Amino acid sequence: MNKTINQKAWFFVIPVFILVAFNAAIPLMTVVNYSFQETFGNNVFAWEGTRWFKQILLSERFHAALGRQIAFTFIILLIQIPLGIGIALTMPKKGWGVPVCLILMSMPLLIPWNVVGAMWNIFALPDIGFLGHSLNGMGFDYNFTQQPGDAWFTTILMDVWHWTSLVVLLSYAGLNSIQPAYYQAAEIDGASRWAIFRYIELPKMKKVLTLAILLRFMDSFMIYTEPFVLTGGGPGNTTAFLSIDLVKMALGQFDLGPAAAMSLIYFFIVLLVCWVFYNLMMKNEAQS
Amino acid sequence: MKKYKWLVPTLYIIFLMLPIYWLINMSFKTTTEIINTYSLWPQKFTTENYVKIFTDSTWYMGYVNSITYTVFNTVISVAAALPAAYAFSRYKFLGDKHLFFWLLTNRMAPPAVFALPFFQFYSSVNLFDTHIAVALSHCLFNIPLAVWILEGFMSAVPKELDETAYVDGYSFGRFFFKIFVPTIAAGIGITMFFCFMFSWVELLLAKTLTATEAKPIAATMTRTASTSGYELGLLAAAGTLTIIPGAIVIYFVKDYIAKGFAMGRV
Repeated sequence: MNKTINQKAWFFVIPVFILVAFNAAIPLMTVVNYSFQETFGNNVFAWEGTRWFKQILLSERFHAALGRQIAFTFIILLIQIPLGIGIALTMPKKGWGVPVCLILMSMPLLIPWNVVGAMWNIFALPDIGFLGHSLNGMGFDYNFTQQPGDAWFTTILMDVWHWTSLVVLLSYAGLNSIQPAYYQAAEIDGASRWAIFRYIELPKMKKVLTLAILLRFMDSFMIYTEPFVLTGGGPGNTTAFLSIDLVKMALGQFDLGPAAAMSLIYFFIVLLVCWVFYNLMMKNEAQS
Repeated sequence: MKKYKWLVPTLYIIFLMLPIYWLINMSFKTTTEIINTYSLWPQKFTTENYVKIFTDSTWYMGYVNSITYTVFNTVISVAAALPAAYAFSRYKFLGDKHLFFWLLTNRMAPPAVFALPFFQFYSSVNLFDTHIAVALSHCLFNIPLAVWILEGFMSAVPKELDETAYVDGYSFGRFFFKIFVPTIAAGIGITMFFCFMFSWVELLLAKTLTATEAKPIAATMTRTASTSGYELGLLAAAGTLTIIPGAIVIYFVKDYIAKGFAMGRV
């Protein structure tokens, strides 16, 4: 759409600008403030320069948390995106099945995150949970509170349970926007199922899939509540992702300087990746 | 091959329902039964967990608090986002693209980063432990989202609609509320759904900003878990009840969900 140049449009944006600035800029300045100083309580501060940043960037604890975070995000993207597309492709296109699928599949998205964690905790407990009991019954030695591997398995399975539906809904919407004419043309050409997917469906879903990857990246990179309730970051530190580690440092140990520096580095990483994605998405939009 | 296509979504839905079933199953058991026996359905069916929640004010007030700030947040977010989204979809102005990306960056900010500064900030302006504090703090991620979704819907409405209305002598205010808002009603519905959803499920900020007066149900649950031993039955019943508002909201917007996603904005 060709837009008119109108500087008065700023007046429309002012309420949003004020509300978000009030919420984002002021607290962010507090964080920046802490990140360069040492606090002694009672509002006494000493300038520390970039010491905290260096300390965090060189600390093994941060490297380990970042490594776990990247591994987690990578694994869940690798599972959720193909799985989501697969389910969207097999979903009914019309009839009573559509609302049933949509409602049931959206359910996990609307459950408070700590309830998701608590639910999976009860579900996976080795003695009284359905998952834990069944796995042990099948002869696996499963205990997610004791064994790091099992804790990872449970956390990933929980995230797949919680968020795959978002990818499904997005892909389904993308598929629905394809006109029947494309499929008819493919049929006349005698295209295989794979060719239809590769040359018609996938390109049409490109936009929503970029969005799905972006959203899943952002949210999984910020994940806090669900693993915190499920495993508490344990056993040991094996499932302490970035946010869990950060909250531990800030609210648990009250190391405000390093925690603030870590916040900024953390935010910067998310921002960088999202900026790349955002530009990709806008380029796609401009093309279509 | 085509005949067995229904299997995939069916298996997926079964996978989704299993943990939910398990939670509901637990909620109808007594805590002793949960701890001592493993059973696929309640042996001694009891509703005492639910009775406790509906009669104890610390429990049911948690629900009232959660719903209160969620509704506040939804109203504030949508009201503020409507004119802004209109501006982004219709006009070019100084710094519009940068502003739009800046708004989105707030959706990308990890709440964990903001928890402590929010606590200090809202305490210093005397809003700590109020519904409005939680509602305002959730604006951080809901306003950008609302602007984003609404902008998508508004851009899909041809500009000729505006121009014809002005030619017909409508003032901006009358055009906006009498013609434009009804045109994008579906979009507003979707936006409200997402604002409701993200405010309802968020816990970290809601918990950090409240103590007793505005404590969300989710926080009541975590605190109960740690203080009175581990009352699993009660916890499961409280958890089951938190699913209901979401399920009701989904039911009402089910026809719009697919359409909303189709705009390519979430």
